Amino acid sequence: MSNIIEIQNLMKVYDNNYTALDKVNLSIKKGEIIALLGPNGAGKTSLISNVCGISSITSGNVFVEGYNVEKEYRKTRDLIGLVPQELSLEPFEKVWASVKFSRQLFGKKRNDNYLENLLKKLSLWDKKNQIIKSLSGGMKRRVLIAKALSHEPKILFLDEPTAGVDVELRKDMWSIIKELKNDGVTIILTTHYIEEAEMIADRIAVINNGKILLVDKKDNLISKMSKKTLTIYTKQILKSIPHSLKKFNLRIFKNEKKLEYDYTASGNKTGITTLLSKIKSSGIELIDVQTRQSTLEEIFVEIVNND
Amino acid sequence: MINFEAIKAIYKFEMARTFRTIIQSLISPVLSTILYFIVFGTAIGKNMQLVSEIPYGAFIVPGLILLTVSMQSVTNASFGIFFPKFLGTTYELLSAPISYIEIIIGYVGAATTKSFCLGLIILITSFFFVDIKVVYPMLMLLMLFLSCVSFSLLGFIIGIWSDNFEQINFVPMLIITPLVFLGGSFYTIDILPIFWQNITFFNPIFYLISGFRFSFFGEGEVSVWISIFSTVIFIVICNIIIWKMFKTGYKIKT
Ligand SMILES: Nc1ncnc2c1ncn2[C@@H]1O[C@H](COP(=O)(O)OP(=O)(O)OP(=O)(O)O)[C@@H](O)[C@H]1O
Ligand SMILES: [Mg+2]
Repeated sequence: MSNIIEIQNLMKVYDNNYTALDKVNLSIKKGEIIALLGPNGAGKTSLISNVCGISSITSGNVFVEGYNVEKEYRKTRDLIGLVPQELSLEPFEKVWASVKFSRQLFGKKRNDNYLENLLKKLSLWDKKNQIIKSLSGGMKRRVLIAKALSHEPKILFLDEPTAGVDVELRKDMWSIIKELKNDGVTIILTTHYIEEAEMIADRIAVINNGKILLVDKKDNLISKMSKKTLTIYTKQILKSIPHSLKKFNLRIFKNEKKLEYDYTASGNKTGITTLLSKIKSSGIELIDVQTRQSTLEEIFVEIVNND
Repeated sequence: MINFEAIKAIYKFEMARTFRTIIQSLISPVLSTILYFIVFGTAIGKNMQLVSEIPYGAFIVPGLILLTVSMQSVTNASFGIFFPKFLGTTYELLSAPISYIEIIIGYVGAATTKSFCLGLIILITSFFFVDIKVVYPMLMLLMLFLSCVSFSLLGFIIGIWSDNFEQINFVPMLIITPLVFLGGSFYTIDILPIFWQNITFFNPIFYLISGFRFSFFGEGEVSVWISIFSTVIFIVICNIIIWKMFKTGYKIKT
């Protein structure tokens, strides 16, 4: 797969000298759903704003389909639809007029059929003559999505599409996003929720303090998640690991009467049986054993804290 | 390559915004103009013998039109861009494949259209109160148009610059109204002491009023060419400022 977006050494320093993006490098593949996962203030919105032209780039380069977003902005913006984090809408505008406006702003020929289908897909068709002010928050978010898709973009940025959206609507949103992916749209979404990234993303980029800490396929992260730890409580504190147990990479502790063994639960061979019998034959007395699974949440927290 | 569809979209949107409040947009300026006619033209004007052969009531018509047109242009254009900033909907303008040129033509074009029409309505209204003949109608329309463009551009700049509603009201009230009044809307500057006459020459609106008045009566205080020239210069300066603002992202981009 080729990269549709290339972000190179992107820096964003705001007027108050705050560095929101610190030499960010990120490649986004054509047709994928990538989730930008990070806590409040991590720089997710800043990253999107720099790609889309909302924010001026301090230094570095961003290319969309090979075009520079600053120099060839007409070409790059044509390819991009943006759903902002805030529900920024003209309150007295009608839904239909608002969506039509967006399409025209992008210089696209009028196509009422396309817009009608779009609104139907987003369950907005029966609300097309309502003024935006009269819609609920979730519906307003859908109007923003409709506006972003009105010019048939190849890339869609969704800044926290499910913030403040109830479970039902969230599931709706996920299926809308998956459908868009099937239509070939590349999707970049931001979220605080790990389960959301897990549900819909192909890849996950973890961002904190303006730095991308990790980008990986979701499946890889999940196999990291399926990492389990076996804790073996012993009668005495071990000073060293007996030679026969070397190959298990056990962790010993200076002040605690325990050993730790990491294994993956996904494989057939966990090595637990062998380990336990070797421990027994080496004469170490066991008191208790306990297993624990690290969650994606923990992996995430660990990554963020290690930063 | 210019995105004409985008210009149309912005222009139409802005015009629709006006039509939502068409009554307020028209009634209050027309009403206040009528009041000016009654107070200045009829009541006070009887005792004013200012200008060659021109009756005072007719004399103030160009100034009255400019007074309203300048205020309305500034207000319309500044609110036109301030509202999206306030609502956060500028994200759409910034993320669309358009340059500042399309944005200006859309917003300033709409504001110009509105105040140009309003200027004509006030002129028509004045026909009911005073006997007035326009000597150079085409020149009059040109001067009116240039005034609408310059004040709309100024309004657009104010709209971008303003952080809140107070600032938006501040400039028209505290700067433009005094400049229009002191620029000779209601008198010729030769009735002023020499010192104030000299000050008036630094008032850009003086040249506008003079040129506009020339188109009505065939006589103005300075050459009509100076008026046209200074207005065009003003428009160019505004455009440079706006270009700079967009280039640096001043108060538009984060
Ligand atoms: N216009 C601005 N001026 C100064 N600092 C800003 C500006 N916008 C954002 N910041 C700062 O930059 C940092 C990153 O902000 P950003 O909005 O990108 O975070 P985020 O990851 O989107 O957070 P959230 O999850 O809360 O939306 C924050 O510390 C924020 O305070
Ligand atoms: Mg954000």
